[in-house]
Amino acid sequence: MFALAKTLRRRGVLGLNERNAQFIMRYNERRLYPLVDNKLLTKRLAIEADIAVPELYGVIGNQHDVRRLGDIVGDRRDFVVKPAHGTGGDGILVVTGRSARQQHLYQLANGDFISESEIEHHVSNIVSGQYSFVGTRDSAMIEYRVETDPFFAPVTFQGVPDIRVLVYKGYPIMAMVRLPTRRSRGKANLHQGAIGVGIALHDGKTLNGVLGNDIVYEHPDTDEPIGGLTIPLWQECLTLAARCHELTGLGYLGADIVLDRFNGPLILEINARPGLNIQIANRAGLQNRLSLVNDWTEELDADAKVARVCEAIAQAGTTEKAET
Amino acid sequence: MRGRGYRVWVIAALLAIAGLALAAYKWRELGFPILPKAQTEVWTVEVTVSFDSGPGPIKANLYIPGLTPGFAILEENFVSRGFGFTPNYVSGGRQVQWARRRARGLQSLYYRAVIYKDPAQTESDTTPPFPAKPRLGEPFDTAIDVLIDDVRARSADAESFTEELLKRLGQPDVDQNVELLLGAAPTAAESARVAQTLLAAARIPARTIRGIYLQDQQRRAEIVPWLEVHDGTRWLYFDPLTGNQGLPDNFLLWWTGDDDLLEVDGGSDAEIRFAVQRNVMSRIDIAQRRVEESDPILNQFSLFALPIQTQAVYAVLLLIPIGAFVVVLLRNVIGLQTFGTFMPVLIALAFRETQLWWGAILFSTLVSLGLAFRFYLERLRLLLVPRLSAVLIIVVILMLALSIISHRLGFEGGLSVALFPMVIIAMTIERMSVVWEERGATEAIQQGLGSLLVAIISYAVMDLELIRHLFFVFPELLLVVLAATILLGRYSGYRLLELYRFRELAQKDD
Repeated sequence: MFALAKTLRRRGVLGLNERNAQFIMRYNERRLYPLVDNKLLTKRLAIEADIAVPELYGVIGNQHDVRRLGDIVGDRRDFVVKPAHGTGGDGILVVTGRSARQQHLYQLANGDFISESEIEHHVSNIVSGQYSFVGTRDSAMIEYRVETDPFFAPVTFQGVPDIRVLVYKGYPIMAMVRLPTRRSRGKANLHQGAIGVGIALHDGKTLNGVLGNDIVYEHPDTDEPIGGLTIPLWQECLTLAARCHELTGLGYLGADIVLDRFNGPLILEINARPGLNIQIANRAGLQNRLSLVNDWTEELDADAKVARVCEAIAQAGTTEKAET
Repeated sequence: MRGRGYRVWVIAALLAIAGLALAAYKWRELGFPILPKAQTEVWTVEVTVSFDSGPGPIKANLYIPGLTPGFAILEENFVSRGFGFTPNYVSGGRQVQWARRRARGLQSLYYRAVIYKDPAQTESDTTPPFPAKPRLGEPFDTAIDVLIDDVRARSADAESFTEELLKRLGQPDVDQNVELLLGAAPTAAESARVAQTLLAAARIPARTIRGIYLQDQQRRAEIVPWLEVHDGTRWLYFDPLTGNQGLPDNFLLWWTGDDDLLEVDGGSDAEIRFAVQRNVMSRIDIAQRRVEESDPILNQFSLFALPIQTQAVYAVLLLIPIGAFVVVLLRNVIGLQTFGTFMPVLIALAFRETQLWWGAILFSTLVSLGLAFRFYLERLRLLLVPRLSAVLIIVVILMLALSIISHRLGFEGGLSVALFPMVIIAMTIERMSVVWEERGATEAIQQGLGSLLVAIISYAVMDLELIRHLFFVFPELLLVVLAATILLGRYSGYRLLELYRFRELAQKDD
């Protein structure tokens, strides 16, 4: 047991206690949390800073306004309803279409139809705080439904893959993409059975995937290979993620980015307590990269930071190869 | 960073030292027991004084225990209807004086003391002066001189002198000098008195002490004289009849000197009776009574000073920090997940009343049934607060139903379901159903079982008799728990379950 702990320590694997004590508590000031915990606030900040986010159609902040849902949606065929204070993708309802005959019947990502009043109930649940981790009143956001970039179509089952970039002091240090599967019911959540795929930071090439604790080479639902794909617009994704640092002031954050087929990379949400599964997906510990960044003290802008990290990691990659 | 780590250690160390020091003081100095159910012997000694009163005012002086090597007095009472009484110190120890202006007929006065063994009690007399050489007149002086010269020749110091002397005194028929001084068949008291005279002639301070043997169920205990000899640094004790040295374990010193135990002025036919009874008493009670007398500040701010019902409440409340500490360990060191941080502690408290297995079964049943109803409620599309209230109402109804059904079936354990914190259970059901819907049944059941496991473990720890006893008797140990919790708050190593979670990362690269 201690030997295992020692090996993990040597490989630079970061544990939850250490993440909390050394990074979250030190670099994420508590007063900054509302900026990311409240997705509505994040979105407004991002729009001000000219950072690309999915368009917000409307907000429902109290029970009385729940009936306004129809007005907000208008005749849009697809949209997403999500709680402003949700965690881990809880409470998100993705509407992908509308019944041709009945305007009040909506289609979900999995093909089921639900009525407008069912959506209203969901909104009302959100507003009363069911998905809010503070357990208080919440707001429901109705926003643009991201359409997956066709690049991801072969390795996605329903849903939208989401790219998680871990950003430390403004330097992106590790990334993965989460691919929804049938088992995850179209959700990009590793706990529910989505595949986590590490990404080589400097060139945007995917590594092999991790499903639960097993390594997978093909997507289980489409049988397409997962590894070796180059994520399009990768540098833009990294820059977008790096800018979340200035946006929020958080020193240790996880930026969730989606690739929209029309709008390119969009910031979906920012997480002040990003999980550690990214290490499993990349089959690498975070410590080395964290301490790498700790050595850099110059003030740089986001682009320069991205360039610097990519250079360092590419270099480390070649030296590693040379050694083996 | 380094500074903060240092501060945490200092604070934790200070807290732990404060807690341990206070607990150690209470243990060593005040005799609070470390182990539960520690009991000790106590003796109740009752002295009954009776006499016929004369026509005039009455004064009765009775020696009572004062300096008692090896024993301490827990409490004493004087029962003396119509008499005023004043205990005070006199040269022979302690005396109580009962006084009354006028009385008629037979009078009975009682003194009762509860006594327990206390090795810390020693005789604290100062060194006595050398006695004057006694002058008894011939032929006694010559007999004394001869005897002393003889004994002195066969001894080295005060101790061996006394032993040798008492040996001689024990055989009056062998030595004519002894027989002259002592008579043919001396009593212990006579032996002691003569030995005292002879020791005085040898310029060795000595005195007679009197006491009783503490034995169980003695209706009439006897006063036994004992010889005390000062060897220049401390008092030595000798049996005047045998010459054996040392006080017997159960000898309770009552008074010193040759005074009478009881003196009655204005009364006649005085009679005195000793009765001894042995009891067993909890060490906590004894320690507590001692605190009341010796340490009034500690006593006023002690848990034992609270009303008994409040004490019972605290007996339970003091376990919550233990439960919380267990939760810290299981979450931050082991890595178990639970619904709600302290929900398992509250469930564990309920287990204390329901018994563990019944509690676990009832809890699981309650949560499963509640979940089933909760899923049905979901279809009714209720708003959050009414829905929560509905779940709460259902939980109460389920509890009632469970109690009634299990009572009908003859499982009395099912009745205790009413002790579960229903609001906590309702919230658990609500959160579990959200996790169920959003993250799937596996994770919901995993977290549910995790909570139950944590509850069972905290119950097991909180139910340890030693833990319950220690924290009730030494609540200051909570400071130690606080210190440990603060230290764990700085633990940034892996959680045990993380080793499993990240085990792939420890494999060789493929």
